[in-house]
Amino acid sequence: MKFSVAWLREWVDPGITIEQLVAQLTMAGLEVDSVEPAAASSDGVVVGRVVSVDRHPDADKLTVCRVDVGAPEPLQIVCGAANVRAGILVPAALTGARLPNGMAIKKAKLRGVESSGMLCSAVELGLADSSDGLLELPDDAVPGVSLTGYLRLDDHCIEVDLTPNRADCLSVAGIAREVGVLNKLAVASPEMAPVVATIKDSVVVDIDAPQACPRYVGRVIKGINAQAGTPMWLRERLRRSGVRSISAVVDVTNYVLLELGQPMHAFDLDRLDGGIRIRYARASETLTLLDGQTITLDDNALVIADRQQAQALAGIMGGQASAVSDNTANIFLESAFFSPDVIAGRARKHGLHTDSSHRFERGVDPGLARTAIERATALLLDIVGGQAGPVIEVVIDSELPARRAVTLRASRLEQLLGMSIPADEVTDILRRLGMDVREEGAQWKVTPPGFRFDIAIEADLIEEVARIYGYNELPKTPLTGKLTLVPRPEEARRPAAIRQILVDRGYFEAITYSFVNAQLQASFTAGARTIALANPISDDMSEMRASLWPGLLQALIYNQNRQQSRMRFFEIGLKYSLQDNEVKEEKYVSGVVAGSRYPEQWGMDRNANPDVDFYDAKGDMEALLALSGRPGDFRFETAEHPALQPGRAARVVSAIDGAVGWIGDVHPAIARKLGLVGRVVLFEIAAAALRCESAARFAELSKFPAIRRDLAFIVDGRTEAGALRDTIANVAGDALVDLQLFDVFHMKGLDSGKKSLAFGLTVQEFSRTLTDREVDSLMEQVVAAVSGKHNAKLRD
Amino acid sequence: MQRLEDLVDEALTATTSANDLRSLDDVRVRFLGKKGLLTEQLKQLGRLPETERPTAGQAINDAKQTVQTLIESRRAQFQAATLDEKLAAEAIDVTLPGRGQAGGGLHPVTQTLDRIEALFTQAGFEVAEGPEIEDTFHNFEALNIPANHPARAMHDTFYIDEQRLLRTHTSPVQIHVMEQRRPPLRIIAPGRVYRCDSDVTHTPMFHQVEGFMVDERVSFADLKGMLNDFLRAFFERDLDVRFRPSYFPFTEPSAEVDIQCVICGGAGCRVCKQSGWLEIMGCGMIHPQVLANVGIDSERYTGFAFGLGVERMAMLRHGVNDLRLFFENDLRFLRQFS
Ligand SMILES: [Zn+2]
Repeated sequence: MKFSVAWLREWVDPGITIEQLVAQLTMAGLEVDSVEPAAASSDGVVVGRVVSVDRHPDADKLTVCRVDVGAPEPLQIVCGAANVRAGILVPAALTGARLPNGMAIKKAKLRGVESSGMLCSAVELGLADSSDGLLELPDDAVPGVSLTGYLRLDDHCIEVDLTPNRADCLSVAGIAREVGVLNKLAVASPEMAPVVATIKDSVVVDIDAPQACPRYVGRVIKGINAQAGTPMWLRERLRRSGVRSISAVVDVTNYVLLELGQPMHAFDLDRLDGGIRIRYARASETLTLLDGQTITLDDNALVIADRQQAQALAGIMGGQASAVSDNTANIFLESAFFSPDVIAGRARKHGLHTDSSHRFERGVDPGLARTAIERATALLLDIVGGQAGPVIEVVIDSELPARRAVTLRASRLEQLLGMSIPADEVTDILRRLGMDVREEGAQWKVTPPGFRFDIAIEADLIEEVARIYGYNELPKTPLTGKLTLVPRPEEARRPAAIRQILVDRGYFEAITYSFVNAQLQASFTAGARTIALANPISDDMSEMRASLWPGLLQALIYNQNRQQSRMRFFEIGLKYSLQDNEVKEEKYVSGVVAGSRYPEQWGMDRNANPDVDFYDAKGDMEALLALSGRPGDFRFETAEHPALQPGRAARVVSAIDGAVGWIGDVHPAIARKLGLVGRVVLFEIAAAALRCESAARFAELSKFPAIRRDLAFIVDGRTEAGALRDTIANVAGDALVDLQLFDVFHMKGLDSGKKSLAFGLTVQEFSRTLTDREVDSLMEQVVAAVSGKHNAKLRD
Repeated sequence: MQRLEDLVDEALTATTSANDLRSLDDVRVRFLGKKGLLTEQLKQLGRLPETERPTAGQAINDAKQTVQTLIESRRAQFQAATLDEKLAAEAIDVTLPGRGQAGGGLHPVTQTLDRIEALFTQAGFEVAEGPEIEDTFHNFEALNIPANHPARAMHDTFYIDEQRLLRTHTSPVQIHVMEQRRPPLRIIAPGRVYRCDSDVTHTPMFHQVEGFMVDERVSFADLKGMLNDFLRAFFERDLDVRFRPSYFPFTEPSAEVDIQCVICGGAGCRVCKQSGWLEIMGCGMIHPQVLANVGIDSERYTGFAFGLGVERMAMLRHGVNDLRLFFENDLRFLRQFS
């Protein structure tokens, strides 16, 4: 809601500065969005009367005017406007003036003719966005008077950002009411006496939907001049409220909307076929609106119809067929109450949002319709002339919003606010707000005024009392309560520990959007049923991610494009998919690694610091798996994933949860498509798989010496080290306390295609010292098992 | 038999002229060794009359001691010199950088969330989570925002289908928690939220922390006190905090909370649009209907709720001037917070 301060002051003048007014409104819950001068400075622009107009001797489109600017002698001013003619009053910028658009007015020769100033249009003065020709001023303008003074441009426009509950402030009258309450001042409404009918013309109004429209007020006005101009003062008020002037009739209805908060509509009476009927639309009925769009209605849409067809979408927008035009001679004015429930959401359904729908959705005072139509009639008769018929009013009292009394208990007020407010002060605040208040011992029975749609329960009244009393006058107390220590499960440290491990290993945490490009995502999620947004903001954010990798790779590329080559990112976040039409949200820890293993540093050449590969990422992943307290529960299995390079990818399998993660090099096809540089390794693990269900358990330490033996096996190049490990562990049994794979190399020459795997086995018993013979025998068993099972040969 | 004095002089000369540890050791053997000159003197003691023996023995031992000291001090000189050489040889350039893996860093949004959580957990709040893909009931209806309510239009919701949407705020976690548990409750719920809006000051995804407390006799004064403490603790400054009436369908009374601008200290700047105040969060007393919706007796219990934008808190605390930086994951940005 935007309004002019001068207009407000006509209703109520608290005698405070603009800054104080702004602070007062803001602290009362009417948040001020902006305060601007009503017009940019137009110093040096005065009212001028065009005395004579002569053709310019050397230019067809220019005229040479003599203009009375209140000085003894008229000024000679060259003008290019088409509407210039002798007798009109227009703004004249004198030499030395500077216009809002920055133009400085100087004495000049235009095609050889001297010009001492400039006649101005509304656009040049910053008073309109468009105009045709000079701004013609009313007859009461006196030449020589400053334009700022004449148009009262030394005004300010305040825009308040109203919350949806405060529809009562969507008018100058409403703001004035609020300012009156805050300053304990009476509000003076302009004179709005009923206009006596001078003709008998009327229209039959039938309400088929009394719940939706319990009150409908109308009036016929005949013989208007629809082409009459809107007076300057009214246009200025509309402009200062951010409303464009359209035509006199429309401007008047808009004026009443801004002034009183009652949306109105004017129909061209001669375009209406028979009476007015307020009804729900017939299924598939169509209506062409004022804005030119034709909409198809459903049977929840309330319309204003004549005998033939819908003529307006009730409370939202009029129809084109019955719109007032320049040729309109007779009009039918509408001022109605539509129930918020019926209007709410209807405008949006058709992509509309109008000043009218905005108000009806939130609630318009059901008692306002008649006042508004009288106000509009008086203004119209003044501006466009004509004869007014009697006011037609159809009202179904039983369907008007009930004004139910709400009980406010002093005890509850005190309890909810944490302080008691004196009873007479509470009564006073509520009465100032226009409430009907009955004191009943330690409580009040409060009936809200018709313009308040937000007072239904006790808490609403408590808020009103607190609001006017002042939120900042209310006390602040420290929290009190029982301080109970609650058990802290081992699991509680998990998320922070996951992040810390990765950060310590050189990773930066990324936060990427939860929605990704559907096409990009398809390369990463074969099989997963993804979730598309019904109304995405763009193609790049059209689908909920079923993998965190696309987002992380985009972060990688973003940085790659900014000359970064060594990158490690991780993100902890949700993956979204559909399973049996149920949304599944799973928290994952995902990472991407690229660039050198260590940061560039002295003493470490390229050989000592190669680009990362699978095993670097695997090491990081193993550190995460260790968080579970049961790292042995996880296995890495060779497997294929659409986003990973075959042969360099593994599925991570948990003994408890099954498949819980992946790791591998980005598939070369994807790397090429995305323009990735160098080797890029991805990993992901379900956060839940890392859960640690119990605190670590101590195991007895052996007092006897440990013995280490190393065994190197030559196996086929494709044999997996993990398989040998499992065999060794199985055979060696409980005595094996540590098993390290300490060397891997690929054989050359005769044994080309084979590889050597060297294991260090540490064995130890809890009850005694193992003898060399026992250890030798155990090693023989290991060698025999490995050789047999994996076609391995012990290396000498 | 040589005079002891001569022997000591001789030893002094020999010690002084020894050039290294080895020749010094020769000197030691020559005078103090098993067959050394001074040792020999001791052996000859027997030839002296018994009465002279103690005196002479004392004299020889003194001489041995003297020579011993001479040799030791000479040895110490050599050792000091050797050490100096070693030290000189092993000196390093301490200004060369250290080596090893470089650390990474947590995202500033995470750091801010951690900070908020740490403060609230001090006051006995627990952390709860809720789904990000919500149903309209939890995101709207249960929070007293019926279909077609103007507040719904203000939420710019991303929809999946008729029933499902991306939560527009973390407030639905209130409902999830209260569906499961009874008061007393002190909960904060951090998480991602989504609005169909993207420009210089809006990203379609951002983070909120919802907090609420329900118990007997929880008042607006408690809410004011706690948020006042929280904001001052978060910014580590005795900021002015003010409460302005506002509107949220799920709280009544409702308030917006402003803090004294942390950029200009309240004098007025571009960030606070010259007002000296920054809008920082919304809050209020939980609407009785919301409690009723989850079957909590609103006569017996009252509660407050608040919601704050994490990115905004992070921007103010760290002086970040563009919201979009949080989601670009530019390493040059992230490194500044590591
Ligand atoms: Zn500031």
